[in-house]
Amino acid sequence: MNMHLKEFIIGSIKLLFQGSKAYWAWVSTLLILIAIGIVSYYGQAANGLITTSMRDQVSWGFYIGNFTFMVGIAAAAIMLVIPAYIYNWKPIKEIVILGELLAISAIVMCLLFILVDMGHPERFWHMIPGIGKLRLGQSILAWDSLALTFYLILNFIIVSHILFRAFRIKDYSRKYVIPLILLSVPAGIAIHTITAFLYNGIAARPFWNSAILAPKFLASAFCSGPAIMIILFQVLRKTTKLQIENRAIWTLAELMAYTMFFNLFLTGAEIFKEVYSNTEHRVFTEYLYFGIEGHNKIVPFGWLAIIFDVIAFVLFLVPKTRKNFITLNIGAVLIYLGVYIEKGIGLIIPGFTPDVLGEIYEYFPSTTEILVTVGIFSTGFLIYTLMLKVAVPIILGEFNYKKAQ
Amino acid sequence: MKWMAVGTASIAGLSLLSSCDSDKREAFFQDQFKELDENELKAVLERLERGYKKEYNADIEVNATAPMDHVLFGYGLDLSKCIGCRRCVYACVEENNQSRNPEVHWIKVLEMEKDKGADLLHSDVYYNPEQVPEEGHFYMPVQCQQCKNAPCVKVCPVEATWTEPDGIVVVDYDWCLGCRNCMSACPYGARKFNWASPEIPQEEINIHTEYLGNRPRAKGVVEKCTFCIQRVRQGLYPACVEICPVGSRKFGNLLDEQSEIRTIMKNKRVFILKEELNTQPKFYYFYGT
Repeated sequence: MNMHLKEFIIGSIKLLFQGSKAYWAWVSTLLILIAIGIVSYYGQAANGLITTSMRDQVSWGFYIGNFTFMVGIAAAAIMLVIPAYIYNWKPIKEIVILGELLAISAIVMCLLFILVDMGHPERFWHMIPGIGKLRLGQSILAWDSLALTFYLILNFIIVSHILFRAFRIKDYSRKYVIPLILLSVPAGIAIHTITAFLYNGIAARPFWNSAILAPKFLASAFCSGPAIMIILFQVLRKTTKLQIENRAIWTLAELMAYTMFFNLFLTGAEIFKEVYSNTEHRVFTEYLYFGIEGHNKIVPFGWLAIIFDVIAFVLFLVPKTRKNFITLNIGAVLIYLGVYIEKGIGLIIPGFTPDVLGEIYEYFPSTTEILVTVGIFSTGFLIYTLMLKVAVPIILGEFNYKKAQ
Repeated sequence: MKWMAVGTASIAGLSLLSSCDSDKREAFFQDQFKELDENELKAVLERLERGYKKEYNADIEVNATAPMDHVLFGYGLDLSKCIGCRRCVYACVEENNQSRNPEVHWIKVLEMEKDKGADLLHSDVYYNPEQVPEEGHFYMPVQCQQCKNAPCVKVCPVEATWTEPDGIVVVDYDWCLGCRNCMSACPYGARKFNWASPEIPQEEINIHTEYLGNRPRAKGVVEKCTFCIQRVRQGLYPACVEICPVGSRKFGNLLDEQSEIRTIMKNKRVFILKEELNTQPKFYYFYGT
């Protein structure tokens, strides 16, 4: 059976090495940033996590915040999947592949963020079921690692099937793909819900121990994921022959306005509960928005997130600003930044400040943490870039087994 | 992805391959403590002793003493007696081979204002007066509460921490991933992470150690109070109980009607910290006078 696998591999490698000056500048910038990340990580591995700003009082920080945010990006891929495959909706049919590739890159980044946060990353095999001792009984982290791995494999199978079929100039098999896609919808919701439960289930941290956390996670993810896609679509239709209709982008933006409203509503509900009931548990919210006794390093971020979210909501709600690409792009960037703060620093740090015995340790990411994070983001961007380099020509019919020969 | 994966894997992989050291290889593939059979355990303990000899140049003995039957350890702390001298903190550091740099303390003593009562949010752990007790203040030491319903045990993804039959919550330092989920789950701040390689002066090392207790730890793992498992399983008091100059610390077998701890529970009024979280600590605070 001739699968044309050889042509596919050789052709793909060739594609990766062909590109404009902009492509090479982008790839080499990413490689340099990755190298900086690796060097920083090496310092952390040699000296221990003391090179981060985390301490016993604030034992999770920037890495776990970034992890949480990226899970949301990965989960949001399903927002494109649902209408495209189920309703066979033309304008975004092809670009769903781009969403799924984004999910794959995002999950890889999630796993890297977990790995760099671990004291003993070389012991990750302890988590492999059957070989190690993954404790699926009660540990949410165990379930989360399983769900993320499953989601990664699922997306990989769907994408590679569709693309490889297209490479062989064949339609993808609806019999196999549709059930897998249907499965990826609950799987996407599951990874983000389980990640929310990771915090939600911790009674020791009142800031997280709120039932609103999982719905809020989903709402904010469904704004931030498409925010990236909106910008990406514009880049791709400029740099490739890929045609993405304005209608697809505007529809996404409209959906984002609704999810952002829901996200802001939940944030408001949460703040009301803390402020009005005025129990001792309000201190965490107070720390985020006002600071405590002069400890106010993250206060600007708390407010920036809310301001960004509100401005973006208005820009996406009003049809005139939604359909103007300048205001649309400003809105997309603001949503991305707003949710990034909300789910990273704005979620993790107040959860730990003050700590369980009332001590205030002011956390702010160290240089090592920031550089390693930059390295991981660059790794994600590089994976995504390289995958697109092969996927887009396949989608366009420019790269298939006949042309590769 | 490949770059980072190679980067992280190589730290373990390269040191493993290049050293060709069988002890290191065995350490890497070592199974979780409860999975080890008698021979494997013996080999592990001997290997650990060899490793400590190399690292600390001291003859450290590592034991794996089994729990005693019909014993469930419980702790009592008399808040009316504690003077906040922190002798318990440092006796614990010495007994349990805690790192001196960076400093790791399993016991935290909180200073409370008498006007506010027992109020964690307004407590001070860094009090430093000329003399204790300070006017208008009282003290509340906090350490692992050895919960019956331990949230830290529940969240661990690989069962690197569990409750022993005698009620002590232990950590397998060789199985711990260092993910610190247990630290976020603990409502008492009892768990400490080795943010850097622990330093202990050679002459201060306690050479009588337990696998699940006070043997020297490596960087990147979580540790905590074990009620001095290496002492209490030999019928001794924990170091903090023994050092306390005012007798505010009590210890005993909860299953023994005649024990000191049971006598206190019968004759005094005890309470537990953060009872609303249903962690069910075996660490009871009381006012003796």
